[in-house]
Amino acid sequence: MKILVLLSQVPDTTARIAFTNDNTQYDSAGVTFIVNPYDEWYALVRALELKEAAGSGSVTTITVGGADTDATIRKGLAIGADEAVRVDAQPTEALQVAEHIAAYAKDKSFDLILAGKETIDHNGGQVGAMVAELLDLPYVPLASKLDVNGTVATVERDVPNGVEVLEVSLPVVIGAAKGMAEQRIPNMRGIMAARTKPLTVIPAAAVDNTGGTVKFELPPAKGAVKMIPAEEAGKLIELLHTEAKVI
Amino acid sequence: MSTIVFIDTRGEKIPKAAQEAVTYASQLAGGPVTAVTFGGSTLLDSLGAQGAKKVIVARGVATVDGQQLTKLVCDIATKENATTIVCVHDATGKAVAPRVAAHLKAGHVAGAVGLPVDGKFKRNVFSGKAQAWMEVTSPIKVISLSPNSIPIAKGEGTATVEEYSGDLGAARITVKEVRKAGTGIPLPEAEIVVSGGRGMKGPENWAGIEEFAQLLGGATACSRPVADMHWRPHHEHVGQTGLAIRPNCYIAIGISGAIQHLAGVNQSKVIAVINTDPEAPFFKAADYGIVGDAFVVLPKLIEAAKKLNAER
Repeated sequence: MKILVLLSQVPDTTARIAFTNDNTQYDSAGVTFIVNPYDEWYALVRALELKEAAGSGSVTTITVGGADTDATIRKGLAIGADEAVRVDAQPTEALQVAEHIAAYAKDKSFDLILAGKETIDHNGGQVGAMVAELLDLPYVPLASKLDVNGTVATVERDVPNGVEVLEVSLPVVIGAAKGMAEQRIPNMRGIMAARTKPLTVIPAAAVDNTGGTVKFELPPAKGAVKMIPAEEAGKLIELLHTEAKVI
Repeated sequence: MSTIVFIDTRGEKIPKAAQEAVTYASQLAGGPVTAVTFGGSTLLDSLGAQGAKKVIVARGVATVDGQQLTKLVCDIATKENATTIVCVHDATGKAVAPRVAAHLKAGHVAGAVGLPVDGKFKRNVFSGKAQAWMEVTSPIKVISLSPNSIPIAKGEGTATVEEYSGDLGAARITVKEVRKAGTGIPLPEAEIVVSGGRGMKGPENWAGIEEFAQLLGGATACSRPVADMHWRPHHEHVGQTGLAIRPNCYIAIGISGAIQHLAGVNQSKVIAVINTDPEAPFFKAADYGIVGDAFVVLPKLIEAAKKLNAER
């Protein structure tokens, strides 16, 4: 089984969120970057498990970005990916990321393309679906379980008030959510091996430009919390009804 | 130039998120719009009240096949000469809207939280820790609306319902089974959410959470450890790795408020926190707080909610 995993670099989950250049750019000063958790913990690890279970195949990761993403890409190799590809481009919107990835993947006959359900910085959840459309493949978002039997994938996903079980023939693009796999911590052997595994840099593809983010803002600071003594807890209901007017 | 709106009306009842999307599309267009949907609902003409003049429905499609639905939306977009396509930012919309955008080379706003200001759309980024204003410069726009973003219009009028007769091809994704774990209000749509954490001590203590939520007409949710320990089903988990919700009122009982939990609920309009630990980080993000034991506080809240319901 030939698997492609989309890896994105994002600020650490606990990183301070601030902006520069008149709030048009994320301020990355002093920020630690990580592999997007959905890409790493669920998409990549499940890809490795499927390859291990099949006893053959390959796991390739693809990242769209500059040389500053190489350390993040090596982490994917240390966890166990066989090889990595970086498209040397600075995308300004999801469609461009998808177009770069689709341009690479279109003649590679991947059986399975796995992406995290979204990145924790842009939170769009768009790239997987867009890659699927550009490659004319089916796409299942928000998958919490993925099994492959021959050429058929069985996918579970959480829906309001329950779980939906879907079946789809390979090749397919899957958006990975929590539950699909357990995080793997790279061991020393993996980290050493990652140094010599192939990381191929390919030039940017021709992409469209349909707009993008023009400005960021931080949410207004929360006012002070109004404390209610535990013995008068019922007063909370009254305040939510008459003051906050939300119940 | 026209506006169409794609909604999911698989069941009989028109979901709240679908009504919001039709309202939003009509407000964007400044007039009536065409709605596109699928499934067997007989209530589609009621969408006239939200601003749909026409509803085009693909009756034969009951699956979640994003490719079929994308074909449906793109086909109608072309026929109607649509320049704005509104979708819902939910499980169905996430499988369709980005595909439509990629197909039509259209800019896509994933999760708009309101009407545009100076042509720019606002959406949440960095897991709700910041917001971004997005501009779309392509001739066609795809706007996915986050649930609970705007009030539903309750106007007059009925929409005409037209059956779609085009060929959407065979479904490549089939639904084998749907395991329902509850029948309550779907969590992403709920305006009031009562959520329990490890402070509830065990799954046997959830009756109080459920009763309280029911009295308020809300849904129940939980923190990650609670879902991981299987005290509650995973679809109830809100937070960074679970669902991100934005109800009017979020009441957290026995949840400390780690940054990962806040990422899923920080867009709630009002947050009330009940925790035994006065140092719990959640109090810093809360509007109302009670330092106290859930087993003492919750019965008082239930009693007060019963009293409120009796009065109104």
